[in-house]
Amino acid sequence: MSDSIEKVSIIISKGSFEGIYPGLIMANGARMEGIEANVFFTFFGMDAINVKHYEHLMVATVGNPGLHIPTMIGGIPGMSAFVTHQMEKKMAELDIPPVPEFITLLADSGAKLYACKASVEMFGLTREDFIEELEGIITVGDFYGLAAGGQIIFT
Amino acid sequence: MATAVIANHELDMDAEGFLQKPDQWSQEIGIDIARQVGIDPITDRHWRVVRFMRERYLQTGQAPTIRTLGKESGVSTKELYQLFPKGPAKLAARIGGIPKPHGCI
Repeated sequence: MSDSIEKVSIIISKGSFEGIYPGLIMANGARMEGIEANVFFTFFGMDAINVKHYEHLMVATVGNPGLHIPTMIGGIPGMSAFVTHQMEKKMAELDIPPVPEFITLLADSGAKLYACKASVEMFGLTREDFIEELEGIITVGDFYGLAAGGQIIFT
Repeated sequence: MATAVIANHELDMDAEGFLQKPDQWSQEIGIDIARQVGIDPITDRHWRVVRFMRERYLQTGQAPTIRTLGKESGVSTKELYQLFPKGPAKLAARIGGIPKPHGCI
């Protein structure tokens, strides 16, 4: 086995702000190293490529112990929007793009973006619900075919 | 710190081939490094990216992100990856004689 990674296939399965960004950053980081990258969006992770939702992703402030905010406080209306806004500000300082721009950056960098067929059917979505840059709506089997010979990362 | 000889100059270089002292750099050295990383011949479009990287680093002390490169260098993200398939920011930094970019973006 080679000691350098030539290809990564990243699965993004969660739809929260903090559930989506790590996978995008990993994929972009791969392309920056000249590593081939596939990104497979499944379940709520599809919000990242759904044109109705991808501008409005939110940090989960309830049931997210990493935030160190008590659940009752996290549940106050507006809390999620507030924390999301704070995080967006911090990310802008670090030149991390908002999700829609990030998706375009990834596509332009040559990363291939796919939606999970089972999830698309389950949520009653069609090709038109997604960004133009989407490479395709594919099965799990197709995904493994694309991922063959590389590393798979689940987020 | 290791040194290496490129284009008949002895240069301070890290293990990955990035110059540690940008003032040791010259265009001739850039051409030689480009050749080493498989960019041969280096074109005006490559130079545009390399010079942008270098100038921004010299101004701010930090290499620009890939996002900034795509937006401000005058070369689009798509073209950046056509010019430098093995990583635009990393290769442009190396050819431009500045240390390896540290950011994740």
